[in-house]
Amino acid sequence: MTLAIYIIAAIIIILLLLLWVTYNGLVGLRNQVKNAWAQIDVQLKRRHDLIPNLVETVKGYMQHERGTLEAVTKARNVAQAASAAGVGERSKLEGELSAALARLLVVVERYPDLKANQNFLALQEELTSTENKISFSRQYYNDSALNYNNKTQMFPSNIVAGMTGFKAGEFFELKAAEEREAPKVSFPQPGA
Amino acid sequence: MWEQIRSNRIRSAVLVAAMGALLLLLGYFLGMYFFNDPIAGLVIAVVVWAVMNLFAYFQGSSILLAVSGARKITRDDHPRLYNIVEEMKIASGLERMPDIYIIDDPALNAFATGRSPDKAAVAVTSGLLQRLSRDELQGVIGHEMAHIKNRDVLLMSLAGVILGTVVILAWYATRVLFFSGMSGGSRRNSREGGGGQLIILAVGIVLMILAPIAAQLLYFAISRKREYLADASSALYTRYPEGLASALGKLAASTTQLRSANQATAPMYTINPFREKGRAASDLTSTHPPISERIRILRAMAGASAADYEQAYQQVKGRGIVPASVLAGAGSLALRAASPEVGPVEAGEERIRRTRDTSELLWRLGNYKTIICDCGTRLRVPPTYDEPVVRCPHCGRMNRVD
Repeated sequence: MTLAIYIIAAIIIILLLLLWVTYNGLVGLRNQVKNAWAQIDVQLKRRHDLIPNLVETVKGYMQHERGTLEAVTKARNVAQAASAAGVGERSKLEGELSAALARLLVVVERYPDLKANQNFLALQEELTSTENKISFSRQYYNDSALNYNNKTQMFPSNIVAGMTGFKAGEFFELKAAEEREAPKVSFPQPGA
Repeated sequence: MWEQIRSNRIRSAVLVAAMGALLLLLGYFLGMYFFNDPIAGLVIAVVVWAVMNLFAYFQGSSILLAVSGARKITRDDHPRLYNIVEEMKIASGLERMPDIYIIDDPALNAFATGRSPDKAAVAVTSGLLQRLSRDELQGVIGHEMAHIKNRDVLLMSLAGVILGTVVILAWYATRVLFFSGMSGGSRRNSREGGGGQLIILAVGIVLMILAPIAAQLLYFAISRKREYLADASSALYTRYPEGLASALGKLAASTTQLRSANQATAPMYTINPFREKGRAASDLTSTHPPISERIRILRAMAGASAADYEQAYQQVKGRGIVPASVLAGAGSLALRAASPEVGPVEAGEERIRRTRDTSELLWRLGNYKTIICDCGTRLRVPPTYDEPVVRCPHCGRMNRVD
């Protein structure tokens, strides 16, 4: 009789320990996702700050590319205005900004004077690096989100997640937006 | 995929434990041999090990950086290098930005140091900055970041201390044996043992000779494994294994040896700083896997994940390297395209620009003042120059130094 009580007590203790460990693991993963998102946020802000500088530097050289420049500025303003929006909305707007920037950097190739400008070269390194940082932080965020989602959906941690109200996170994909934009890439006609 | 760190730690811990067991075994038999008391031998082994640990701890990374003549740089000194390190910090999910050091050396190499990710630093040679493109540099920094993230520095210094202890103990033991043998071996006369004593004697001598070799082999095994795993992590972070592969190709082709490396610091470098020409480094006594093999594995990768690396490794070596727990649930990850060289300039101009940036950096780190004369000549004024003006050797104009 006493043996049965001991066994039951042991099982309960083991279950509680498991619950404790799983819960803490989930909290850790959720925080990781949050941190990763904060990283993306920092880099997106940095990009918003860089763009006016870039446009200012480039403007004098590129009289004929007003359309391209305006598209970048507009996409940047729209993306910045939506800074407080959710993951899905932001990834769409930032994706559009990425596409506009990529078009600008393609056009830049046609301006050798600009390519010799020290100020522009420094800005370009900053911009390239910021784009890299955005994609690396997105990479890390998505890995973390996948990890966290797996934990909230797989047995047995999904039981703990369900009991304590953990919800799956959203992925941040710039790619989808870029692919949608891709067919539209066309160079503005000179003088247009 | 971040599980990788944990399961690696367990595997490497087993190897380090094996080295520790070897040390204790040596201590045990030395105790039996010299003092007729195994406990005394164990105590000596542990005390020597503890003292060595203290040394290693207080020397730490500062010594490594000082010995190699590394100079700390800020963001403004070399924005591109700083940016690349920051990119890799983000990709690896490291919390703190590591310090960045430059070693003024034409050899191509890089290393990471720091016992924990909070106190980490990466150092690269000026030669590396000059010769590598952005993607290549990114691959190398990714490799170093993996050493930091996987806590390889701590692991290798733990293993290194045990190795050092075993070597020192065995060395002193053979000296004592040699000299006591010369002086008639009075102690041994007092110990007229039977066959059991004889066996202990034999085992003791064999251990004295073999223990340092065995410890060294274990140490090399740990080190080589960490190199492969750091390569795998670098591919995972950058999603572009070709960057590291092509950088390794340049490193292998370079014949300049690093001036400041020594045997103790060798495992922390990207490639072994003591390569000998014409020797196949695939043997057991190398801290680094052969570069050609590392390149072949990286180039055989169909994707960027740990699973892709495992597949490529198996294809080249015929066996696996990445722990199974990491591979469970790890699918293939798409590679990214090569990034266009920053600065939309042709390859030649890009190289000139890299060289100029690097020498500019070195002048500045040496506290030289740069004055641009009206004729366009750049004058480098050393910090020891104390005249108020300097004459331009080109046009003869006097330029103020301030």
